[in-house]
Amino acid sequence: MAHDTLQPDRVTSEGPLARGLLIATSLLFLLLILAMPLLAVFSEALRKGLPAFLDALKDEETFAAIRLTLLVAGISVPLNLVFGVAAAWTIAKFEFRGKAILSTLIDLPFSVSPVISGLVFVMLFGAQGYFGPLLASYGLQIIFAVPGLVLATIFVTFPFVARELIPLMQEQGNADEEAALSLGASGWQTFWHVTLPNIKWGLLYGVLLCNARAMGEFGAVSVVSGHIRGQTNTMPLQVEILYNEFNFMAAFAVAALLALLALVTLVLKSLLEYRFSAEIAASRRH
Amino acid sequence: MTAKFVKQLLTAGFVLGTLFGAAAIPARADQSLLNVSYDPTREFYKDFNAAFAEKWKTDNGETVTIETSHGGSGKQARAVIDGLAADVVTLALEADVDAIAAKTGKIPADWKSRLDNNSAPYTSTIVFLVRKGNPKGIKDWGDLVKDDVAVITPNPKTSGGARWNFLAAWAWAKQANGGDDAKAEEFVTTLYKHVPVLDTGARGATTTFVQREQGDVLLSWENEAYLALNELGAGEFEIVTPSVSIKAEPSVALVDGNVDAKGTRKVAEAYLQYLYSDVGQKLAAKHYFRPAKPELADKADLARFADVKLATIDDFGGWKEAQAKFFADGGLFDKIYQPAQ
Repeated sequence: MAHDTLQPDRVTSEGPLARGLLIATSLLFLLLILAMPLLAVFSEALRKGLPAFLDALKDEETFAAIRLTLLVAGISVPLNLVFGVAAAWTIAKFEFRGKAILSTLIDLPFSVSPVISGLVFVMLFGAQGYFGPLLASYGLQIIFAVPGLVLATIFVTFPFVARELIPLMQEQGNADEEAALSLGASGWQTFWHVTLPNIKWGLLYGVLLCNARAMGEFGAVSVVSGHIRGQTNTMPLQVEILYNEFNFMAAFAVAALLALLALVTLVLKSLLEYRFSAEIAASRRH
Repeated sequence: MTAKFVKQLLTAGFVLGTLFGAAAIPARADQSLLNVSYDPTREFYKDFNAAFAEKWKTDNGETVTIETSHGGSGKQARAVIDGLAADVVTLALEADVDAIAAKTGKIPADWKSRLDNNSAPYTSTIVFLVRKGNPKGIKDWGDLVKDDVAVITPNPKTSGGARWNFLAAWAWAKQANGGDDAKAEEFVTTLYKHVPVLDTGARGATTTFVQREQGDVLLSWENEAYLALNELGAGEFEIVTPSVSIKAEPSVALVDGNVDAKGTRKVAEAYLQYLYSDVGQKLAAKHYFRPAKPELADKADLARFADVKLATIDDFGGWKEAQAKFFADGGLFDKIYQPAQ
């Protein structure tokens, strides 16, 4: 074939110039959109030196916000781990009516604006909401308190674990489970000894991503928070408050800490990927 | 191995959760009050809360912790209606307290007469904050609609301060045109064409003007304008007092329904009364609020307030009427304001 100029070791047909341009464009884009803002946050936070940075974080209300963020993530993430595995298991391993609907529903929190997610809970559990009077008669406070924050966070971060697991489980198929069952394992044993080992890496990624989002969520949490200082402000809300009080250094200090938590999450994920790459590849091949 | 791994993961999660859960429950003080307030009062109530807690401790031997929540006044009222358990509300205007009273019944309809001075322990007014040297030469309301002037003011639907801004502009235009309401409407309509962005609260508008450097003039609470001057370095901005402004009466009220449920009536009532004491009035003046009882405040603080001709809400037939006419859904503001394309 005369005009087949593709070299066997090349996957694309672009010339070196085009490739160079493409790579340069994406690098420039990454630099502008990701690296620069990140650097700006850290440089602003450390502008008055490390001691001032640490002092800003020691402020009582800021400290309360950090604690609250960890609490909310500490409750939402384990729950979403359980829900996520259950949902993924149901969708990937079983055939039933309405499966497509369930699968779409799981994605709902991704497509709905977080503000709406917050308002939904106000509509359900607020004093004027459907369950408001009932809750009030028992003296239970959901909205503008920790339970509301947790609910909103769970709603927003629900898809992360499930979405990570569903393709993985579908790819792996049912063969292993069927073998286990035919050898006399119970359903629970099958899950514990066969399914779980196969999905553990995907599960871990899902949990890490879920955690990153849980700590960083602003919109939904802002609606249900009530912004009581030192009580219902999570870290992202505290950043806004500090910024609005002209306390810019402290605002960036908290923002830097949040960014740092996200970075740690991502580094952890990459490290795990690197360390267990062989095992991960094996689980994908199943 | 995997089972162990997952068990560890789950245990770690739950242990962390309970640990921080326990830690997040604050050391219970004897009493705790929640004051739901509007944006520009943050600094004032920080000082006032400390003073009140000390006074309560001396008088009653009890420790009282005062929590605060700040935001656009209308938004804050909405939160209280939706169940935010405020013991007292200290909002930007009467209409927001009325809304809570009407929607929840937790505040009696006659709340305004329960405290001195229409339940407004301090008042304020609306002034202009302009950039250094006043480059656009803004002296009065009429200068705001010059071709190249961009005005920053928050959204009257969500912000109390913004409603005062709106009414102050109206009051000036009406007086300037011999009491002609149609002319006033025309002026205000033009004015809002000069507003590039409507923030939800006064503080958001201030940061838009000061930090993000948008606009040529900020319509601002007097106290907020002074705060911006002080916090962000004098010399960067100047305050311009217009010829006519409005007497803004931020209202405070006890939320009876909530204090009775929580058993905090006594301390909440004392808290509001203390606003009218010499300590409360001095602190208000110090933070650039005009005290209801100026004789109790420091003379030096009072001298900072410029003399300005003040219209009052009664010139608009009271808040009930003004709210319905201008700011309710389908009201005048909805008709005249078209978001910039």
